[in-house]
Amino acid sequence: MTAQLPALQVIIPLLCAPFCVLLRSRTIAWLLFLAAAAGSLACAVVLAEQVSDGEVLSYSMGGWRAPYGIEYVISGFNTPVLLLVSTIAVIVAVYSRRSLAAEVDSKRIPLLYACFCLNLAGLLGIVATGDAFNAFVFLEIASLSSYALIAMGRRRRALLAAFQYLVVGSIGAIFILIGIGLAYGVTGTLNMADLAQRLPEIYGNRALSASVIFVFVGLAIKMAVFPLHSWLPDAYAEAPSAVSTFLAATSTKVAIYIFLRFAFTVFGATLVFGTLTLDRIGLLLACLAMVIGSGAACFQSDLKYLLAWSSVAQIGYIVAGFSLVTASGLEAAYLHVINHAVIKAALFGAAGLLLLRLGSVRLTDLAGFGRTMPWTFAAIVLAGLGLVGIPLTAGFVSKWALAMALIEDGQGLVLAVMLVSSLLALVYVGRVVEIGWFREPSPVIAASAVTATSATSRSSTAERLPRSMTVATWTLVLLSLYFGIDATLPATLAESAATALLGSGG
Amino acid sequence: MSTFVLMNVSLFAILIATALAITRLRALYEATMLTALFSLVSASLFVLLDAVDVAFTEAAVGVGISTVLFLGVLALTRSREAVTPRHRLWPAGFVVLLAGGTLIYAVQDLPSFGAADTPVQAHPVTETYLEESQHDIGIPNTVTSVLASYRGYDTLGELVVIFTAGVAVLMLLAHAPRPREHLVHRELILADYRIVRVISKILMPFILVFAFYVLFHGDYGPGGGFQAGVIFASGFVLYALVFGLDGARQVLPQSVLLWLIPLGVLLYVGVGVANMLLGGAFLDYNSLNPGDPEVGQHAGILLVETAIGITVAAVMAAVFFSFAGRRLSR
Repeated sequence: MTAQLPALQVIIPLLCAPFCVLLRSRTIAWLLFLAAAAGSLACAVVLAEQVSDGEVLSYSMGGWRAPYGIEYVISGFNTPVLLLVSTIAVIVAVYSRRSLAAEVDSKRIPLLYACFCLNLAGLLGIVATGDAFNAFVFLEIASLSSYALIAMGRRRRALLAAFQYLVVGSIGAIFILIGIGLAYGVTGTLNMADLAQRLPEIYGNRALSASVIFVFVGLAIKMAVFPLHSWLPDAYAEAPSAVSTFLAATSTKVAIYIFLRFAFTVFGATLVFGTLTLDRIGLLLACLAMVIGSGAACFQSDLKYLLAWSSVAQIGYIVAGFSLVTASGLEAAYLHVINHAVIKAALFGAAGLLLLRLGSVRLTDLAGFGRTMPWTFAAIVLAGLGLVGIPLTAGFVSKWALAMALIEDGQGLVLAVMLVSSLLALVYVGRVVEIGWFREPSPVIAASAVTATSATSRSSTAERLPRSMTVATWTLVLLSLYFGIDATLPATLAESAATALLGSGG
Repeated sequence: MSTFVLMNVSLFAILIATALAITRLRALYEATMLTALFSLVSASLFVLLDAVDVAFTEAAVGVGISTVLFLGVLALTRSREAVTPRHRLWPAGFVVLLAGGTLIYAVQDLPSFGAADTPVQAHPVTETYLEESQHDIGIPNTVTSVLASYRGYDTLGELVVIFTAGVAVLMLLAHAPRPREHLVHRELILADYRIVRVISKILMPFILVFAFYVLFHGDYGPGGGFQAGVIFASGFVLYALVFGLDGARQVLPQSVLLWLIPLGVLLYVGVGVANMLLGGAFLDYNSLNPGDPEVGQHAGILLVETAIGITVAAVMAAVFFSFAGRRLSR
């Protein structure tokens, strides 16, 4: 049975989606999503165990060996992402039941869980595949389902956010398709390993260069790298809380993974970073993203928008890491992919708790929320410290790794920009803390406190936050603290990923 | 050879002229008709390239169902494009020029049109598909072999894309209030015209039978589940246009559609899971009949093509009904 695991990883969530539509019950659909997430996590754990000694697993879909058929490849470079996506999925599944019930029309919930399953299957499919066109197909599944998920936000503006993402994302997808098509035209193959073998013979071919540009511009849209980030803030901020939590932690991270997969194991670092100087372009865009993302986050008036803009900046850190094209840079990038995913999921989860209790996450409405909701406030502070990069948090570990990699490569300027961005992060996290703790409670807070006390007199549990949601949020917060104190697990994963990427092809 | 070149050049000229006309038009009904023309010309070009299966899909999807869906959407919104300020067109124009420029740059090093020694022709994959598929799979239409077996997992992915789109549309639109009787414009129902009514009733069975023919004949000629599903759905779209949405809903109730949409995906994935349980890889149809793999491949391909047909037809019909249903309820 273990031989089937690479396929089962993706097939389990894929199989749960039609059942969600068929059975049309909220509870069953939720259970199916939970089962899909838990199943894929189990597969990911066993697979990570199997490839931990540097082995590469290959699975031939349909029994046709590559390059004739489609191949799944499990190796050090994708197990961290498989683990990350499926772990976040399990936590979000726990979180989503009460959160979605409060935010989304109940008739839509079974279909929404189907979209969640499809999104999970799409993301895992992109990560597991060893075939360029198959990656595109699963990218489409993940993208389409995420547009639908975002559109389910509670405000009408969510529809606009989803539509904008749909238009921009579709252009990105078409670019990727054109790029893959050109690469096929000059090699005759779609298998990644086969492409990597045949491409060095034709370096300098103009169609190949264009192919690289199309694939990377398309993926940059999906990654929300600085000038192509415009879809991200609205999409993350307007989506239902459970959806923001899931997408903020996974979708851009998977896009970053497939970018690295194409750069290092398909086109080859010499072409991408050497000839086409994507390393210098990447560093420049990373610097702009760090400053502008953090700067914009300081001026937001809504907590979810603030967090979304902070994501734009944090993606800059990751881009800076891999643009160094060194082992330590790649390690730092992978570390930050994992750590930022956990931290940002924790923050969006906490924002969802606030939204559930207060009905708004506008900063003016949040004034003084720390006094009535101390635990949620503590979660935001602890995860926020990780965002800034205070020692003993996960954010510190990955930023330290990135700083070391930058120093090693002599990129003092980028390091300075990174420090500026971290200071700006201190400003925007500090602003939330100041508003939440030191301001007089806003009318919304006061009203919620009154209903809470009157509710305690009537029934003690009615107004309390759902335990499943708080548990899920605190799991993420504690995970981010744990990775800050004992970073062995993410560090080992990141190291094996960097070795696997630089080792194959190159 | 020269007539071939002439045909290509003139079709491309029409294609470019149509594309330019679409960008200039502000009236969206006319623009939609021209996009149908665009698809039709593309389909003709695909025929010239001997890609008959692709041409068939383009004709069924691009000319047929997507035009109908566009019209269905336009009935709900304004049918004139809003004027975009000129200064906001510059960035878009810049991006288009950049992308177009990169493509022209790329074309210089692409293998020349129709050459026999291109990398695609020379790669062992192409040879395997053309030579060995007869032995491995044993069906005459190589395109079907590649789509349904060699790259059957991609095709499952494409089907899931359509399934996702269907679920998304249902999630967004299915909960419109029920249409009230007095809002239905009686005078708009085409069934009052005798010729339209009789002709469409006569056509209906032929359309549906043709869809089945396309589905089951995919092994031997152009066709397959995608085209068949679209043709099948277009039969119901025609019925809904002529006899009204309520009539079509009686023939094909929403509950049945909601049952059929996931059924196709389940059948496809189910075939793959069955292969796994029988000891093969996912979608390894050989495992269905280890004694004679060719029989297993035939059975597997037929099952997945049927699965595609079911989901595609149900999604297309459900999407059309959802849009049309909103018009009634406004």
